[in-house]
Amino acid sequence: MKNYMTLQNIACGYSSGFHLKDISFTVPQGKITGIVGPNGSGKSTLFKGICGDLSIDSGSIDIQGKNLSEFSLKQKAIRMAIVSQFVDNCDMTVQEYVLLGRMPYRKSFQLFESKEDFAIAKKYMQLTDVYKYKDKPMNTLSGGEQQLVSIARALTQQPELLLLDEPTAYLDISHSVQILNLIQKLSHELQLTVLLIIHDLNLASEFCDHLVMMNSGNIHYNGTPEEVLTYKNIEDVYKTVVITQQNPISKRPAIFLVSNKYWENSNEK
Amino acid sequence: MSMKHKHIRWIISIIVLLVLLIGSVLLSLSTGEIPIKLSDILQIMHTKSGMEYSVLTNIRLPRILLAIAIGGTLSMTGAVLQGIYRNPLVEPYTLGISGGAALGVSLCIVLHLHVLGGSFMLPLSGFLGSLCSIFLVYFLSMRKGIFSVNKMLLMGVMISFIASSTMMFLMSISNADDVHSIIFWIMGSLDESNSSLINLMLYTSIAGLVIAYLFSHQLNALRLGEQNARHLGINAGLTIKILFVVLSLLTGLCVSIAGIIGFVGLIIPHIVKQITGSDYRILLPASFLGGSIFIMLSDIVARTIISPNELPIGVITGMAGGLMFIVVLKNNKAQ
Repeated sequence: MKNYMTLQNIACGYSSGFHLKDISFTVPQGKITGIVGPNGSGKSTLFKGICGDLSIDSGSIDIQGKNLSEFSLKQKAIRMAIVSQFVDNCDMTVQEYVLLGRMPYRKSFQLFESKEDFAIAKKYMQLTDVYKYKDKPMNTLSGGEQQLVSIARALTQQPELLLLDEPTAYLDISHSVQILNLIQKLSHELQLTVLLIIHDLNLASEFCDHLVMMNSGNIHYNGTPEEVLTYKNIEDVYKTVVITQQNPISKRPAIFLVSNKYWENSNEK
Repeated sequence: MSMKHKHIRWIISIIVLLVLLIGSVLLSLSTGEIPIKLSDILQIMHTKSGMEYSVLTNIRLPRILLAIAIGGTLSMTGAVLQGIYRNPLVEPYTLGISGGAALGVSLCIVLHLHVLGGSFMLPLSGFLGSLCSIFLVYFLSMRKGIFSVNKMLLMGVMISFIASSTMMFLMSISNADDVHSIIFWIMGSLDESNSSLINLMLYTSIAGLVIAYLFSHQLNALRLGEQNARHLGINAGLTIKILFVVLSLLTGLCVSIAGIIGFVGLIIPHIVKQITGSDYRILLPASFLGGSIFIMLSDIVARTIISPNELPIGVITGMAGGLMFIVVLKNNKAQ
């Protein structure tokens, strides 16, 4: 399995406190890698470090053997596209928003988008099923629809790596599964490498090929969902009682929570 | 609406605005204390003599040129700043530029520099005042070479407060004539006799429009915020710095020539956006034209409503702009 991105001994964080230490892992090419961990474990800090929103204090991030810091902003935007958690209140139409994804390919003094730009934007709007909203303003769409449009915009950048910050936050299970199914399909069909932060361990187990579990600024476990999502690891990191079983269809781990009331009852028996 | 339709709409908007601009120019040429018939204007310009010719070329035309330059600049700058700050209530004066200029002019009046140094001293000290506040805001918002957009906004508001308090202090210790001059200057007027100053304003405003237009794609990306713009390969920090410096200098020039003409940068981009959409490729030229038209019409009202006296144009733009804003917001709610 080829690696697309390699992180070595990354340290980064905020001047006023939280810091990541010694983060090393690889992101396999054409696969979905999920970053999981409790609140405050450093997932978002790591994500910002990779996106370039936070500067890296030490260590290196390599993309296919080349250090990320050697890429210009434009070169980066052609290689990696980022989908943030929220779409800020924005009054542009869906099509205008998606076309912004062609920005890194714009030549200097090019005033209008080319026919090719329109064709690419249309293709990914159709793929994410948002073409029907193309003339609607972004701020009239629901959270799930906005998330799909954001993904369409990111794909319009035609990146090699798609970074998503909790793409299913605040979405119901139907929209969550719809979005993750789409990401899985894209990753497979376009050989797209995906790195995403995800909170729901069951969704992580079902859709990710590779998982990185973080806690208090470090990586605690790293491997396939079967290797990472054991009840021992989860209890160790999340300090919560869980039971893990195998999903009868996907054969991936399925995690069950147990409330204190039933847990104490079962212990008494 | 397909992209083709959108572009057709853009072209139609520009044509309509140009027609309105020409209409306003003609109206402005013909109205005033001495009414001149539209049909006579061509002939008067051709004969190049007489009192009417002198009124047209020495009084009305300079005002028209100044209205085009200043209205356009203030409105376009408002549109750009609202995009950068992603706040529809920011206008060129929010950043402390007017405060600095007004303080500069007040100092000049109180110290009687304009008596010693000639009429050029007033705009010059206004411009120096705005320069000081621009650079104060710029450097105070910079930390480790990184520009904080939110900090800049707050710094601008604070500098404005400090400047206006200092100005009130100056007024409290000066004589009644000086206070009157300061107040009259602040209220704004397009009455400028120096033709080289008018030419300077006209050329720099057009240069400003061209520079801002070169950044129209970057401005479109910045509508998603600095961080997201950077993710699209845009050097957001550099874009903001360049536009801030260029447009602040231009605003400083506007304020030092015509005083404080409020509301143009707030209301015109807002109305234009409702018609053309918020794509900067159309918003910039349309806001420029819209601002020019608005100022020119306001100037016509200012100099005819209590003729032969003249009202300060800032009074008209403030009232008309405020009322228009309320109507637009009301209609928005109804939709």
